[in-house]
Amino acid sequence: MTQSGLPSYLEQSDAVRERFARIREREVILEVRNLHKRYPAPGGETEALRDVSFRIHRREFVCVIGASGCGKSTLIRTLAGLEKHSAGEVLLDGKPVDGPGRDRGMVFQGYSLFPWLTVKRNVMFGPQMSGHSFDAAERQARQWLELIGLSKFADSYPHQLSGGMRQRVAIARALVNQPRILLMDEPFGALDAQTRSRMQSHLLDIWRNIDITILFITHDLDEAIYLADRILVLKPHPGEVLEFIEVPVPRPRTPAQFSSPEFLATKARLDALIHPPEAEADHDDDSGDKPSIYRLTDVADSVE
Amino acid sequence: MQAFLSRSGAWLKGPASSRLLVVASFVLPVLLWALVSYVPFLWHPKVLVEEVGGVDYFQVGMRVDRAEFDDQVKEMREAGEALPAGRPANPIYLPAPHEVASALYTAFTTAPEQRGAPWLHESLWHSIQIIFWGFVLSSALGVPLGILAGTYAGFSRLTEPFIEFFRYLPAPAFGALAVAVLGIYDGPKIAIIFIGTFFQQVLIIANTTRKLDRTLIEAARTLGTRGSRLITRVVLPGILPDLYRDQRILLGWAWTYLLVAELIGTSSGITFFITQQARYQHFDNVYAAIIIIGVIGLGSDLLLAALGRKLFPWDQAQKRG
Ligand SMILES: Nc1ncnc2c1ncn2[C@@H]1O[C@H](COP(=O)(O)OP(=O)(O)O)[C@@H](O)[C@H]1O
Ligand SMILES: [Mg+2]
Repeated sequence: MTQSGLPSYLEQSDAVRERFARIREREVILEVRNLHKRYPAPGGETEALRDVSFRIHRREFVCVIGASGCGKSTLIRTLAGLEKHSAGEVLLDGKPVDGPGRDRGMVFQGYSLFPWLTVKRNVMFGPQMSGHSFDAAERQARQWLELIGLSKFADSYPHQLSGGMRQRVAIARALVNQPRILLMDEPFGALDAQTRSRMQSHLLDIWRNIDITILFITHDLDEAIYLADRILVLKPHPGEVLEFIEVPVPRPRTPAQFSSPEFLATKARLDALIHPPEAEADHDDDSGDKPSIYRLTDVADSVE
Repeated sequence: MQAFLSRSGAWLKGPASSRLLVVASFVLPVLLWALVSYVPFLWHPKVLVEEVGGVDYFQVGMRVDRAEFDDQVKEMREAGEALPAGRPANPIYLPAPHEVASALYTAFTTAPEQRGAPWLHESLWHSIQIIFWGFVLSSALGVPLGILAGTYAGFSRLTEPFIEFFRYLPAPAFGALAVAVLGIYDGPKIAIIFIGTFFQQVLIIANTTRKLDRTLIEAARTLGTRGSRLITRVVLPGILPDLYRDQRILLGWAWTYLLVAELIGTSSGITFFITQQARYQHFDNVYAAIIIIGVIGLGSDLLLAALGRKLFPWDQAQKRG
């Protein structure tokens, strides 16, 4: 599977290279050192994460990608403090993480809004928990509803909103607490394609306009490349870091870049990492038919 | 009965055709009852004596078997004495609908046969108070215990095995014990309702609590919620609509224990009324009282269902009753 005509995903334009140099100069927000996570399982233990180490800098947008079951959720839940890790260290601003806290906001795949609270009250929940007065919390919530464009729905209940709107509220609810990092576990996984791409642009807008670092889990390659500065690629059983890729696609990102050579080169690389060719061959029964399909397809010649 | 009660809100809505079926479900049994009562040849195994004739042991208003009546008619004819007269009738324990309907009114206006005995409305009020206190006491203890057991695995392991065992013991079996401990008046009756409700209540509410989406608790924790506030600000509001539904079902169970409870110690309440009326063979009053219990049970459940829709506007299941 040689990607003839494509540049290497490691090739970066000057602008992109300079941008990464600037990012590396910023302070480290999150540092993970030799993280291990084992779950008790019938007949022994499941090793979900093995020796995972990486650093995320301030205002970076990092995506984590990997096949289903490779420990993405385990990783992000450990960072959130919802799971205890078996060994290693998680440092936020240099301080070890112990349990969940306001400094790490989280957006779940399922709609985790409180169904008994209106949209506004959902956003107010965090500030109220940290001891802000009702009025102060309400003021902050209104600001955020303005920002995500849902002021009109302030008094609606979550069940009255569409899936995309609910996730916008969930993002606002996490960000109103002014966390150091926003952790997102496949937040758009349950949305239809159109809503999903609108939400991606929306998230990039928010990220551009406020001081927030984002760790975003997905199993959608396009989504990862479109959003991320860097992509952490995990391999399953046990979850280990395969590669931490710097995305060579320049910013600002637009959907038009989906067919740019850098984009396709990165995607080809991710594809190769996540679906290694030898594993593919193992599963193929009708491998006799496969080559003809490859000959017909020219990756550089996009349909779009 | 529980399934019936828990769904009872549902059948008041819906398209006209299904509402027709709802009406029919009540009309059909009444129609059957009316047919058996008013069409003489349908059942009527008795004869209501209207004229005694020459039979010395007959009395006006007496119900005798038809065969016996026919025998007496034949005997009198052979003896040349006056013939008894009567009309086909049903046994005394099956009064006709109009008799029960009028009893529904007269039962409230007729003074009790025994001097000092309670009137029907006093009996009813007494029953309602027994139910109320039994249920309130059971809930005051059962709801918090259920929520704790549903939230903390350790607490669940500490309490639930014993409760699981205890709920298989029939509540009425504790009647004699309750009387010995609590006297013969309302104490043991409330205790029976309590025993009948409490253990189920803890288990059901623990289960309801466990079914709460864990993500909601995790979301709250990432938003800075800790300790007891997780229960008061997340678990409790999260399960409240389901808790309310559980309580409605449990209240239905409490009703079924009422009649047993009221037989314990000195008989009281609606059960006392029913046994008294049966003793005097006022079966129209017995049926009237039974119907009143049904109406109160169903009526209160419908009321609670409507209240639930008001209280929990976010809960979709509440709309289905
Ligand atoms: N609570 C748990 N108990 C035991 N094993 C778990 C638990 N959560 C996840 N695992 C296991 O850990 C591995 C990684 O799971 P997960 O982090 O959910 O993967 P992903 O999110 O990438 O699909 C899987 O093999 C899964 O079976
Ligand atoms: Mg997952």
